Parts: sequence; structure tokens; C-alpha cells
Amino acid sequence: MKERGLMIDKKLLDEHNLTEEEYRLIVDLIGKQPNLTELGIFSLMWSEHCSYKSSRIHLKQLPVSGDHVIQGPGENAGIIDIGDGLAAVFKIESHNHPSFIEPYQGAATGVGGILRDIFTMGARPIALLDSLRFGPLSNPKNRSIMEGVVSGIAGYGNSIGVPTVGGETYFHDCYSLNPLVNVFCLGIAEKDKIFYAKAEGSGNPVLYVGSKTGRDGIHGATMASAEFRDDLEEKRPNVQVGDPFKEKLLLEACLEAMEKDLIIGIQDMGAAGLTCSSSEMASNSGTGIEIDLDLVPQREEGMTPYEIMLSESQERMLLVASKDKVEEVQKIFTKWDLDAVVIGKVTSDNRLKVNFQGELVVDIPVDPIVNLCPAYRRESEAPAYIRSKSKLPSLQVPEDHNQVLNTLLAAENFADKEWIYRQYDHMVQINTIQLPGTDAAVLRIKDTNKALAVSLDGNSLYTYLEPKTGSKIAVAECCRNLACVGAYPLGVTNCLNFGNPEKPEIMWQFKEVVEGMSQACRAFNIPVTGGNVSFYNETDGAAIYPTPVLGIVGMIDDIHKTTTPGFKQPGDIIILLGENSDEIGASLYLKYIHGLESGPVPQIDLLKELAVQEACRQAIDEGLLESAHDVSDGGLAFCLMECCLLSKEQTGCSLELRDDLASHVLLFGEAQSRIVITVKPDKVERIEAIAQIKKIKTSVLGKTGGNKFIVKHHGKEVIHYSINQGFNIWKKSIPSQFKLT
Amino acid sequence: MKFGVVVFPGSNCDHDTYYVLKEVINQETLFLWHKEHSLKGVDCIVLPGGFAYGDYLRSGAIAKFSPLMQEVKAFALSGGLVLGICNGFQVLLELGLLPGAMLRNKNLKFLCQYVHLRVEKKDTPFTKKAAIGQVLRIPIAHFEGNYYTDQQTIDRLKTNQQIVFRYSEPDGRLTDQANVNGSLENIAGLINKEGNVLGMMPHPERASEALLGSCDGRIIFESIIEHLKTV
Repeated sequence: MKERGLMIDKKLLDEHNLTEEEYRLIVDLIGKQPNLTELGIFSLMWSEHCSYKSSRIHLKQLPVSGDHVIQGPGENAGIIDIGDGLAAVFKIESHNHPSFIEPYQGAATGVGGILRDIFTMGARPIALLDSLRFGPLSNPKNRSIMEGVVSGIAGYGNSIGVPTVGGETYFHDCYSLNPLVNVFCLGIAEKDKIFYAKAEGSGNPVLYVGSKTGRDGIHGATMASAEFRDDLEEKRPNVQVGDPFKEKLLLEACLEAMEKDLIIGIQDMGAAGLTCSSSEMASNSGTGIEIDLDLVPQREEGMTPYEIMLSESQERMLLVASKDKVEEVQKIFTKWDLDAVVIGKVTSDNRLKVNFQGELVVDIPVDPIVNLCPAYRRESEAPAYIRSKSKLPSLQVPEDHNQVLNTLLAAENFADKEWIYRQYDHMVQINTIQLPGTDAAVLRIKDTNKALAVSLDGNSLYTYLEPKTGSKIAVAECCRNLACVGAYPLGVTNCLNFGNPEKPEIMWQFKEVVEGMSQACRAFNIPVTGGNVSFYNETDGAAIYPTPVLGIVGMIDDIHKTTTPGFKQPGDIIILLGENSDEIGASLYLKYIHGLESGPVPQIDLLKELAVQEACRQAIDEGLLESAHDVSDGGLAFCLMECCLLSKEQTGCSLELRDDLASHVLLFGEAQSRIVITVKPDKVERIEAIAQIKKIKTSVLGKTGGNKFIVKHHGKEVIHYSINQGFNIWKKSIPSQFKLT
Repeated sequence: MKFGVVVFPGSNCDHDTYYVLKEVINQETLFLWHKEHSLKGVDCIVLPGGFAYGDYLRSGAIAKFSPLMQEVKAFALSGGLVLGICNGFQVLLELGLLPGAMLRNKNLKFLCQYVHLRVEKKDTPFTKKAAIGQVLRIPIAHFEGNYYTDQQTIDRLKTNQQIVFRYSEPDGRLTDQANVNGSLENIAGLINKEGNVLGMMPHPERASEALLGSCDGRIIFESIIEHLKTV
């Protein structure tokens, strides 16, 4: 090779995002100076994205085990036993950096990647959800990013036929130069037909299936492990291009080969492509892999081994089958018009060996590539703002709360998101029981009487102001959303979006968030089965707010025992489960009405929270509820407003409140552990009995009816608002930002 | 009755349609792989929704070259029942079994939502259990459902009474607002002159179970069964 005598200097190492110490360690571990391809392999596998080198130490504290856990963190996705011989397979992943550079393809390939993570384990994907963060829509650049991201998600998910059933979208300045696209996927597998990334049996053939390899996406994983500066345009070639049609074929072909038990092990080629799949499969099985790059299907000419090994071309898989099954595997892939080529074999020498034009161009032990990247305990220090933003200045309280409602309903964080979700096919596969726009997505499991519920949640204002508390609340709120549809949580996947971990303040945020999450997951007794850490969400040195996003999967044992947030009919009694308290800090009311982002963040008592959720679930289970909706952003007033807006007939309500709190705090404060329910009058007594058993407070707030939202506080009318007016503001806010609605 | 659901590479409502016909309506149903040449003796062919061949070219433009389409065309021309749903409707247009073409939706976005359809014609094998003027609530999910054709063809469609469904308000009024994708004459479903080939953009298979929010789509499948009983 020409590269013999390669000079490995600081510049070359910088280009590969490796430090000099890391390089020395690599030389030590492999016992030689790496050539350029080998260096490229390490740069990918030792990148933050693949190695979790800054986060690993902290993530260890998360609870990962439980009775129903079939697979915890470390595989392509987490797996939970859901009974009836079935398993739920789910995971969330970020695709933030690519989505900023090229919104459509960035988001589309994010969807493609997470789908492969699910079906590579033998599961058919049944639902997608997205957690999106953009800068304010008043800025045209943010509008164009959002349009691109939403159509990218739609373009991929709609075509492949997996419904995008829900998620969340938030807007904040901190995401203007660093939008977040976190994609969640849920699949269902037969419990005894789960597949892993294994390369077992020395001599077994290694097959390459799916799309051909091109030069796209080279160094995607390394890109995701560095901050952006002003070289954004130059990075565009690093973004992969998605082909949902190819992926649909790959999905069907893989599932067919799995159904016929023809595969020993399989791994998708996602981040770090052929490098990651081959070395991880070998490492997982204590074997080695030898491949010949001349056999790799290529769609460009003159590709070097470096490029082939590092390419992140989409819609590709690596699989291992026994010799006598190869022909049958190939027959299936041919039926689906896909390549399935034997490119190498499993070996017993624990090495990754790569041949190219008759020459051995890579020869390194597998273990250092996959397992021996150093883990860092990076310095951490509380940022200065934490203290200054923990106290609230005195406020000029507005007289007219109706005006406040006008403002909040139009604010993009509160406004209706139908403009987004109606671009997604959310019904294909005919399992979607609850349409998007409610607390949680609910999907029936065909041929059973059960349903799965999924909620995605994260409030980055809380986690910015008080990372640990904010993180606990994220877990609590996600579970509360599930409780509102009658589901109990089974497992958690998380996507942790942060700035540069080499900065002590960012590392501190991360540590606090993981600690809070760990405490909350333990309190609720739900295992974390996997997830993703996305660091370096910074552009020009400005970091996003710490944004942990939780994806929690829950179970509804009886499909008919669920409820929705909208009011159902006039004359129902409105009851609050939980209690109001004197907390207005960190609320969106403060942000939109007073221009303030300041704590204190609402406090959360995890045991009390659990009791409120249990009471709600029990009430749904006993068939007592007409509706249930959790109180979160915008407080009690906004929660009730949403119950009116989401009711089919725009049913209003009138309330009499007697709490000894300032009206604005009572209406818009975001005190935790509260759920608003409605029941028929004869069910009130039973609700109170359940509350007593669960030792939680409840209060009757008022009743449904009319076409107004009316609130009296200590006898004085503080809100008198037309539902129809609110509906128009709420519905039109986001579409009005775009030319074509 | 025996239903055949055609599977193109990229079909994604094939399993849904199969499930509804087999498990909900309890009919014998089988998949027909696009590369095959036999219709396996089915009484009614359904071309399901999805993105046949990815629809990177014009929707349905490549699917029409699938080997099985020769048989489907012959089956249709000899009077066999063919129902095209969404992408299936687009394939029927490309095959020339129905006139016209689909443009992108008027807002240039994919649209997934419930719509209301007014039944315009009752004496068809697909709507015989419905009443004229009856309004059905059925979802759509497409990017290219904006029906277009020339004036002559529209006149002919009207004269021959080939318009089966129109997008309407819940009370049956035909408005621009109800016409979400911008179709000419609010057209949501068309039948051929002979009355045995129906194409419709909305998805009746998504509205066939109470659990999912509407059963209005069943009327189409049940009409087919009723019709086949009398043949």
C-alpha cells in the first residue's frame, strides 16, 4: 500500500478525533503502528458516539434488571417480556447532527437506523415516535429545519409502513443552532425467535445483505462526537441518504429468513458501518472475522479500503449463517431483489482481518476495537447560573387571566401539533387505538386482549434549572402519561442530549441528570433497557439545555380499559387526583407571560407520585373514568383547557376552586403529581375511596358542560373563556407560520 | 368467497387488508405475489395501499409492469371484481383500467386523517349495501391523491355515473374545505364504466373495527360479499 511509512502526527489524529494518549494506547494494544484504515477504524469505534467513553462510568448506576427484562443495555435494543409468548423490543436514538446539516435526510436516516435496530433483533416494528426540539418558528431558518425534519420522518416512516403514532415537539432558542431529532421505535417479536449480533462457529460464512456501499456518511459517528463550528456546509457529504423502499425490502427479507431460522447472528450496519458490525459481532462471540472487500457490493468506483470500512451507507446488514443455509438465505434476498453476498468467514483468532486486492490491509485484534477504549471520569462542576436562577424575583401579576390563556394557546410549545402529525401515517398496521395529540400512544397487540402504550417526555427547562429534579420529573411525567391511559410502565429507554462533556459544567449536568433518573426509575421499579447518549450538541461553543428524553413502554392488560383526555359529555364531575401547591417556578407561564426562565423547579415526591398514578390506573381498571389528563406544562388551567379542546363537542367546564394560593399560581403553576379526571356523578364516592386507600388527596373541582371555560377562585370569577375562541387560536398557531398548510 | 391481496415490493397495507378480510370479515383470503402469474381462483382482487417500488417515479408507474398485472388486467376486462385502495387506485390509473391521474395534494404535504365520503352511487358491487347520500367516515393517508383529468373525461365520468365517492362535510355538503387534497369534483372514488373496477383513495380497511374508531369501511367489503353471493 502507498500509505506505508504513513506519518501519524497531531493533525491526522485531530482529523480522527483521537488524542495522543489514545493513540499511544492503541499502538500498545495492537502491538504496531496502525495504518490509515486501522486508524480510521479506531477513530470510529473509539468515538464518543460508539464507545460511550465519557458516559459509561455514570450510566452504570441506572437500574437495568427486572423480572420481565429479556435484554438490557448493550444490544441493538432492549427487550421486555409482554406475555403470550411475545416480547416488546424498543429503543430511542438521536440523529441531531445530521438533521441540522441536512434536515430531510438527517431525520429520514434517523428513522431508518432505529428501525434496523429493532428488526435486526427479529421484531417487526409496529410504531415510531419522535421527540423533536427546534428553535422558535419566528426564525425562517428554524421553520425550514422543522419542515425538512418533519417531511424526512414522514418520507421514511410512511413509505416503509410503520406508523408514527406520537411524540413531542418543543421550541426554544437553545435549539436554533442545534435541533434535536430523537427517534423511538417499538417492535414485537416472538419470545423464542430473538436474534443477536453473534458471529459464532469458526468457518461459518459472513454475508453482506442490502444496499450497495457508497462513499456517503464516512465519519458520521466521528461527526456526532464533535462540536460544530463554521464548517457546516463542508460536512454535508457526511450525511447519509436514505432509501425507505430498500429498507422495506430488507425488513421483509430479514424477517422471512429469521422466521425460517436460517440465521445465526445479525447486526445492522448503522453508525460506523461495516467496521462496527463486523468487530462487534466477533467480539460478542469471542471469535474473529475475516472479510474480503473486493466482494462487498459497491455503487461507486475506486473506493479505498478506508472508505469501504468507514462508509455509513444505509439499508445494509451483516449476517452469519451456517454453510448449508447460505443458499436458502440468498434465495430469500433474491426474491426481494436484494444483494446477499458472502464476503468472508468467522475465524477463531479473535482478529479483524480485511483483504483488499489480494493484500491484507487490516489485521488487528477485535477486543481493543470494541472493548478497550478508555472510559473517562471527566471533571465536573456546577455552572454559575444554577445559583442565580434558583430564586424567583417578585412578579407583577396580570389582572386578566383570559389574556394569559390567549397568549399561552398561541405559544408554539402549547399550540396544537396536528400540522406535524397529519404528515405522518399514524394508522398503518391498524393497531393505533389512540390517535396522536394525547398523553400517550396506545397500540393494540393483535391476537391478544392487550395493548401497549408509549410516552416520550423530557422538559429541558426543568433539567437546565435543576438537572436532578428535572430528570426525576421527566421519568415521573412519562409514567404519569401512561397512567392516564391506564397503562403500567414496563421499561425505559433514554436519549441523553447534552453539550460538550469535556466542559466541567456540562459533565455536571450529565451526572446530575443520570443520578435523578436512576433514583426515579428505582422508585417506580422500572428497568432501563438501553438508550443513547448524544454529547457535543454545541455550535460555536453554545450548548443546548441538557435534554434527557425518556421513552417508556407500558402495558394495558385489557384493551377496553383505557381512556382519553378529552371531556366526554356535559354533567360529568371533574376531580383532581393529587394536590395544588405554591409553586410557579420554571413554568411556561413565567416564560411566556413574564419572560422569565427561573426556578425553583417544582418539587417531586416520588412515592406520592406513584400513589397518584396507581389511583388513576385503578380507577380506569374499575371502569370509573370518562377522561384522564395529566397536569404538566401550563398547569391546571392549561390541562383543563386541553380537556375541553380535545373533547369531540368542545365541551366546556366550570370550576370552583378554594385553595389558599395566589390565582396565577393555582392556575398556571406546574406542581407535580396531579391528574385531572372526570366521572359520572355516582362514581365520585368510589374515587374518594380509592384515594383514601392510596393515601392521596383529591378534590372535586367542578363539572363539565357549556361552551365556556369558567373558573371561580374563592367565589371570584378569574377565568371566563370561550372554548371556540381558544380552539381557533390553538389550532391555527403553527400552520399560520407556514405558507402551505 | 375468495379474496386475493396483491403484494408488490413496497406494499404496506397488504397485511392490514388481509387481516380485515380474513379475521374481521371472516373470508378466505390469500396473498398474491407480484412476480407470479396465477390468480389462484380468487373472486375479488384487492390492490392494497403502500409505496409499490418506493413510488420514486410516479406512483404506480413501475408496479404496472409486474408480471401479475397482466393477469389482473385480463381478470378485470373479463368482468372480475378489482378494488384498488390508495396506492392500488394509483396503480389502476397507471394500468389504464380507470381514467385520470393523481397530482400531489394541494398543500404539497402527505395527509393522514379521517375524512368524510359521500356515497354517490349505489348500484355497484362495492356499494350496494350503502345508501346514496350516506356519509362514511374513513381515513386517508397519501401524498398524491389529488385527482385530475381533462374536462371531456370528467363529463364522461358524470354521464356514465362513474363517480362513487366524493369528499364531503360530515353532513354531506361538498365544500372546498372538505376536499382536503384538492381533487377535481371532490372525487375520492371512481368505478369503470363496466362497474367491476373500483379505485378509492381512503382506506376502508382502517375503518373496519370499532376499536379503531370507525366501522364505516366494512360496508365496502360487505357489499362485495353480498354481490358475489348473487353472481
